[in-house]
Amino acid sequence: MEYSELVMDHFKNPRNVGQIKDPSGKGKVGNPVCGDIMELHIEVDGSDVITDVKFRTFGCGAAIATSSMLTEMVKGKTVGEAEKLSNKAVVDALGGLPQVKVHCSVLAEEALKKAIEDYRKNSEVNKNKSN
Amino acid sequence: MRKVYLDSNATTKAYPEVAEAMREAYESDYGNASSVHSFGRDAKKCLEAARRQVASLINAASPDEVVFTSGGTESDNFAIKGTARALKDKGNHIITSSVEHPAVLNTCRSLEAEGFRVTYLGVDGFGVISLDELQESITDQTILITVMAANNETGTLMPVEDIGRIAGKKGVVFHTDAVQMAGKMPFDVQKVKAHLVSVSGHKINGPKGAGALYVRKGTRLATIQHGGHQEKGRRAGTENIPAIVGFGKACQLAQERLAEYCRRTKQLRDMLHARIEKEIKQVKLNGHPTERLPNTLNVSFKSLEGESIILSLDLEGIAVSTGSACTSGSLEPSHVLKSMGVEPLSLQGSVRFSLGAMTTESDVDYVMEKLPPIIERLRKMSPVYEEA
Repeated sequence: MEYSELVMDHFKNPRNVGQIKDPSGKGKVGNPVCGDIMELHIEVDGSDVITDVKFRTFGCGAAIATSSMLTEMVKGKTVGEAEKLSNKAVVDALGGLPQVKVHCSVLAEEALKKAIEDYRKNSEVNKNKSN
Repeated sequence: MRKVYLDSNATTKAYPEVAEAMREAYESDYGNASSVHSFGRDAKKCLEAARRQVASLINAASPDEVVFTSGGTESDNFAIKGTARALKDKGNHIITSSVEHPAVLNTCRSLEAEGFRVTYLGVDGFGVISLDELQESITDQTILITVMAANNETGTLMPVEDIGRIAGKKGVVFHTDAVQMAGKMPFDVQKVKAHLVSVSGHKINGPKGAGALYVRKGTRLATIQHGGHQEKGRRAGTENIPAIVGFGKACQLAQERLAEYCRRTKQLRDMLHARIEKEIKQVKLNGHPTERLPNTLNVSFKSLEGESIILSLDLEGIAVSTGSACTSGSLEPSHVLKSMGVEPLSLQGSVRFSLGAMTTESDVDYVMEKLPPIIERLRKMSPVYEEA
């Protein structure tokens, strides 16, 4: 099994690692039994654009690289655009993953979906508050 | 880049003397050991010399008790299937442990599909079976007990002498996979009282593709590879003379160097372990603290995933292995650590350092220069790590 150069680059120098204080939305998926856990924080501005995104991942090289690539891909996108991002698109952007590792990329997509869901819930609450 | 190889339980580099003996065999002793002419006779001489070297390492009563195979996996298949077929009129029950090498586990599973009943004995937190449980599992249908001598992942030793005694008393055939032990620690078939023992060349600085099954005189064993009359009809196929010569040489060298190997690897292994414990937090040893192969150190770095550790070490030229689920090919975490009850967050972060005859103190220094910052970096990235 071998990872592409781009995957190794994202593994060695992962982009956007960390947490956001009071993020607009956060998602945490996975469990230690299956081997991967990913946490994603997003910051969204008034016009629905993702201005910042941070991740932390407990997982293999593929899980870390896809997390990192996903954060790069969603930054600057609107929430609606980001929502359409699939794990396949992330894997393609990385130049592919070994077949046995493709499942590790699903987590990143799920974490993003969950963070967006959380953001929508939060903004709903905020709207109701301001009303 | 500097390279440090600490994956000797996976395989080892051949000793120069082994490579030299093999080169000579390729050049001069290329006959077929079954041929009557001088080329065949020379090859046969090499074969028998190697057989004596293997027999001597494990203290077999006679070299005739050594049957050459292609390696540990074949030896395990031969021992288990061969016994099952030879003794199926006596019973259909086999006892093994839950922490065996896949060569044993999957062979047993294949026999289950053929109607044999298999008991997989559990292990304690160190990876050792219970002798009481073994005794209780034996029935009048039991034809074979197959339990490894030393575990490949943790290095934990099984009480094989006790198992041999119990098997002998109950009249059950005892096979032990000693691939990780023979040549790395004293291993004496007379003391273990095993009927069948698997050994291999490439774990002890010999070549890949050569191993042997020790078959105690009088043990009933069916052939599983049919063909010519090689190995006294027990294992057909033209003998791989150069590999067997190399294997024999490796056994001879292992025997000569055994005390020094044990002393050196244990000293370096313990040094590595002590420094890891001192410099890195939340580390746990997997395996028995003392009853363990001298070269093996399996530790869990809590809240980390093993593959990310081995990938990072590999980028620094350091080769180790992991029992995490995300290792190439398998998506299941180590069955050995799972059987030992290691909790999930530690199980995924297990790393096996297996030292070899050629490991030096400066290798340990190099690992300890690279490992702590790698663990720190990965833990900063881990959403489940909490500083104690």
